[in-house]
Amino acid sequence: MAEVLVYVDHVDGAVRKPTLELLTLARRIGEPVAVHLGAGADAAAQTLAEHGAVKVLAADAPEFADYLVAPKVDALQAAYEAVSPAAVLLPSNAEGKEIAARLAVRVGSGLITDAVDLEAGDEGPVATQSVFAASYTTKSRVIKGTPVITVKPNSAAPEAAPAAGTVEQLAVTVGETSKGTKVVSRTPRESTGRPELTEAAIVVSGGRGVNGAENFPLIEALADSLGGAVGASRAAVDAGWYPHSSQVGQTGKSVSPQLYIAAGISGAIQHRAGMQTSKTIVAINKDEEAPIFELVDYGVVGDLFEVVPQLTEEIKSRKG
Amino acid sequence: MSLRIVVTVKYVPDATGDRHFAEDLTVDRDDVDGLLSELDEYAVEQALQIKEEADDAEVTVLTVGPEDATDALRKALSMGADKAVHVEDDDLHGTDALGTSLVLAKALEHIGYDLVVSGMASTDGGMGVVPAMLAERLGVPQVTLLSELKVEDGKVTGRRDGDAASEQLEAALPAVVSVTDQSGEARYPSFKGIMAAKKKPVETLDLSDLGIEADEVGLDGAWTKVEEAAERPARTAGTIVKDEGNGGKQLAEFLAGQKFI
Ligand SMILES: Cc1cc2nc3c(=O)[nH]c(=O)nc-3n(C[C@H](O)[C@H](O)[C@H](O)COP(=O)(O)OP(=O)(O)OC[C@H]3O[C@@H](n4cnc5c(N)ncnc54)[C@H](O)[C@@H]3O)c2cc1C
Ligand SMILES: Nc1ncnc2c1ncn2[C@@H]1O[C@H](COP(=O)(O)O)[C@@H](O)[C@H]1O
Repeated sequence: MAEVLVYVDHVDGAVRKPTLELLTLARRIGEPVAVHLGAGADAAAQTLAEHGAVKVLAADAPEFADYLVAPKVDALQAAYEAVSPAAVLLPSNAEGKEIAARLAVRVGSGLITDAVDLEAGDEGPVATQSVFAASYTTKSRVIKGTPVITVKPNSAAPEAAPAAGTVEQLAVTVGETSKGTKVVSRTPRESTGRPELTEAAIVVSGGRGVNGAENFPLIEALADSLGGAVGASRAAVDAGWYPHSSQVGQTGKSVSPQLYIAAGISGAIQHRAGMQTSKTIVAINKDEEAPIFELVDYGVVGDLFEVVPQLTEEIKSRKG
Repeated sequence: MSLRIVVTVKYVPDATGDRHFAEDLTVDRDDVDGLLSELDEYAVEQALQIKEEADDAEVTVLTVGPEDATDALRKALSMGADKAVHVEDDDLHGTDALGTSLVLAKALEHIGYDLVVSGMASTDGGMGVVPAMLAERLGVPQVTLLSELKVEDGKVTGRRDGDAASEQLEAALPAVVSVTDQSGEARYPSFKGIMAAKKKPVETLDLSDLGIEADEVGLDGAWTKVEEAAERPARTAGTIVKDEGNGGKQLAEFLAGQKFI
């Protein structure tokens, strides 16, 4: 059976959930071969094997951390040449897309980004995408070269499918031109202890209606009562109430949770672009004309300072 | 020697308009008003700021797009760019990211550059991949998704705020950078700027000027194919209640019914 390369997104060997989703999708097309760059391959291999990786190609070199993106492209290209895969899948985050872009140019292949589903087709994998702020759904195919496809988080439920997951060292030579952009320093983001925004099953977002950083704990308390992540509209981020890394929308994160709760958010097209594919959408807004209500499964017209605390209390008491 | 800055800008259908696909499943660019992609305004702004800091610099704006894309170039010129280059050719219709990056790369080599400044993503296709592709094709450093940048002594430095960490980056020129919407609001064109823009040079190039064959680009040369495009069914109207003192409880009841609690 044809092999499918899956680029592993991990933190020191702790595999992130979107990679497990990629393995699940890869099995629809062929046999997943994982590519693990950096430290922790042996720890990762176990998880990767449980989710269907027949093989784990591993490489570790200081260049992966010392220079931006390009050395990882060199490594993925080496894996590509070693395997001659039927497709290459990467997670749709900033780095995944840039690696994919450069690999596609190098090997002369077409590129599809931000797929939300993937299936096998007679003429190669067919990717589903959600475009124009999710007002259209398209099905596309790569028609030249080996399909390189990036897939958004929450596009599939990870399935267990035990496979060998044998670790093999991948020989990588990092070219001189790949050392052009030095990473001079790196400040890791502080963990909030909440689920990762793009991976969370539940997201609670606050907008301009939250009216100040000092009121965001209201949104956080609701998110915590549901075990969810916290998001924010650009208006709230621009006002400095919440970090940009939590922004949902066209220029922030694109989320697709089971449940999205928008509090004090009007529902501008650029915000919708990042949340419209959520399964269930709920809004709390004091303006009954707010466009967000066009999207909701359930909406409460009211003051979030009344509704949100009452909701949080009720959830807590129901959960006991 | 003068610092040659080239900003890549895209002409896109207005995101607040009713965007559609044309019959050949390319983006319909006729029915919706077009404009300079808002995210590329940030790129123009940063280029202008770099020029203002430099002793001697020149800002060229470059677009690949249909005739109307001149509007995007005029907007950038009225903000303060010095000159514009428009790559326009009927055979470009339907070009995908691989093709666009090929044309832009050839055009950049034709124009000559020390620094290429791009937006973080176009507001229509929104792939956010063209800058990385340009760096790959041109064989120069990629310094992308910057929320802050500085050009000094033949070097570009900047901050990239990623998912896991915030990184400080550095590369020697020539380089390709892209900037995010966190890099600082773009200026509005002044009346003087708008008048001046009318007299600024716009050079038009076609594929033969760049030595590109028609079958390398366009719908026929594309590396990808959209096979189906369906309008997403409107979400079925949900329940909307007015809060009369127990809105939070009603919402909890709904969430419990959906098994979220
Ligand atoms: C190129 C570009 C990219 C963009 N990218 C993004 C993006 O990624 N993400 C994003 O979110 N936006 C983005 N925007 C901005 C977007 O257009 C909107 O301006 C933004 O989403 C508005 O945020 P908001 O809904 O919080 O604020 P507003 O539109 O001001 O809405 C606030 C809402 O809160 C309600 N409200 C106020 N007080 C209360 C209360 N006490 N109780 C209940 N409700 C209350 C109001 O009725 C109103 O509906 C982008 C814009 C551009 C041009
Ligand atoms: N047709 C085009 N003409 C000029 N620049 C473009 C074009 N397409 C993309 N770009 C540049 O590449 C960036 C990223 O675009 P994209 O990869 O399409 O999301 C944009 O912000 C522009 O700076």
